[in-house]
Amino acid sequence: MNAAFPIVLGAVVFTLLLGIRAARGKDMKLEQWTVGGRSFKTAFVFVLMAGEIYTTFTFLGASGFAYGKGAPAYYILCYFPLAYILSYWLLPAVWRYARQHQLISQPDFYARKYDSRALGLLVAVVGIVALIPYLVLQLKGLGIIMATASYGLISPTVAVWLGAAVISLYVVTSGVHGSAWTAIVKDTMIFGVVAFLGIYLPLHYFGGFGAMFEAVAAAKQGFLTLPAQGQSIAWFDSTVLLTALGFYMWPHSFTSIYTSRDEGTFRRNAVISPLYGLLLLFVMFVGFAATLRVPGLSGGDVDLSLFRLSIESFDPWFVGVIGATGVLTALVPGSMILMTAAMMLANNIYRGLRPATPDADVARLAKLLVPVVALVAVYFTLNGGDTIVALLLMGYSFVTQLFPALVASFLKREVVTKQGAFAGILVGVATVAATTLANATIGTMFPSLPPAVRDLNTGIVALGLNVLTMLVVSLVTRRQTALQPAE
Amino acid sequence: MTKLLAMVPFVGILVGVVWFNQATPIILGLPLVLGWLVLCTVASSAVLAVIYLIDPANRSDRASRR
Repeated sequence: MNAAFPIVLGAVVFTLLLGIRAARGKDMKLEQWTVGGRSFKTAFVFVLMAGEIYTTFTFLGASGFAYGKGAPAYYILCYFPLAYILSYWLLPAVWRYARQHQLISQPDFYARKYDSRALGLLVAVVGIVALIPYLVLQLKGLGIIMATASYGLISPTVAVWLGAAVISLYVVTSGVHGSAWTAIVKDTMIFGVVAFLGIYLPLHYFGGFGAMFEAVAAAKQGFLTLPAQGQSIAWFDSTVLLTALGFYMWPHSFTSIYTSRDEGTFRRNAVISPLYGLLLLFVMFVGFAATLRVPGLSGGDVDLSLFRLSIESFDPWFVGVIGATGVLTALVPGSMILMTAAMMLANNIYRGLRPATPDADVARLAKLLVPVVALVAVYFTLNGGDTIVALLLMGYSFVTQLFPALVASFLKREVVTKQGAFAGILVGVATVAATTLANATIGTMFPSLPPAVRDLNTGIVALGLNVLTMLVVSLVTRRQTALQPAE
Repeated sequence: MTKLLAMVPFVGILVGVVWFNQATPIILGLPLVLGWLVLCTVASSAVLAVIYLIDPANRSDRASRR
């Protein structure tokens, strides 16, 4: 036993207690449990939404991406400022409509806006299919972090079971209140830890940032610029754009919009959030420092670069602090995903099929489904093969397909019909699934195109077909409605 | 006007990267392309701050907060 182990374990226990305590004095009815009774002030909304940037994926993934690929990792820095610019206008509009109609989920929004239960069901299915692998990713990350930071005292399997049990307990008790309170702790810790690592490591090992990048450039030719082919500028631009559009389309991020007490919160958050996200730069510094200090990691192991370098650089107690932070980056987003998935199953799949179900029954069912969804995620985490990896790759592209129908719903004239929205999302999602499963890129499908086009993110094709289908089907269905005599 | 202003970071990141895709010179400790992207991120906050200040929607909002 060393100093790291009790710190990591302490973080898990603390998260559990704080998460459960968050329910105090609240009557956990459906609206309170899912969207905090629409009463959250700026700080809570900020950590729920901006804090969504700092998941295990960014903590381990951003450093790992910089470590393994170099310059293409810059895209992680670029999509969120663009997403926040869109959010300035998009989020207040979504919030107003959701409040006016007392909505509690993302599928509710589409179902009500387009007046279509079928569309609500489709959006719910797309969301759940995207969320489960995302939860698996958080649990996988948790297993790696706890095993590494406890120097092997906790096995990944034990960590995954422990994490799933902890988030299930506090999600059932406190719903979004538990996520909000733990998110405050998570964001405070990650801010301190990442800023320290990103400044200390380059200074300690290289004497400065410039010196570190000069050393990296000397050791690895072309590592700091986007390559001419592959993850080129065309790839970079299309990926940044797609990711920015998909940013708020995750069902749990979308639901966080509803928790706010007023709409000015979103505009104020939009102004400061790009600076807040700049912290990811420091995560990347760690990855670049690791390429020279702990070389040789390959495949999935690149995601361990931050921890390998930390273990080499610090005493066990501080590795424990980093591990505790990592644990929170897995648990907090995990809890939001878990709640949202269970809630959509109860509120949009079950109630979508039986519209007469009262709120109290939906709340009871959603809470019963929390441990069920957690068990499914644990199963995939421990036994997941290639399928789950494929689903992970698809997740972001799936939810991005919901973007065109959302924007179209805010147009002053009714350009897009419910049939158009439904068909567009269906075609977009099918295209993503087909291209991912076939491992196809634009380059493999159309090898004769110029390189700039071949390197485009395949998601662009899906989004293009989505919009095209949406418009054509809308045109046809609107004409038919116009031809029918008014009743 | 505000929409035009909002386009600036998009153009800076998506188009600017074509010109600035080089590792040297190192500015403020960063390779040129990374420095440019960081500048665009900071500019996003600045642009949003200006939009916030000229947006009439925030006048009543601030008044009610006082």
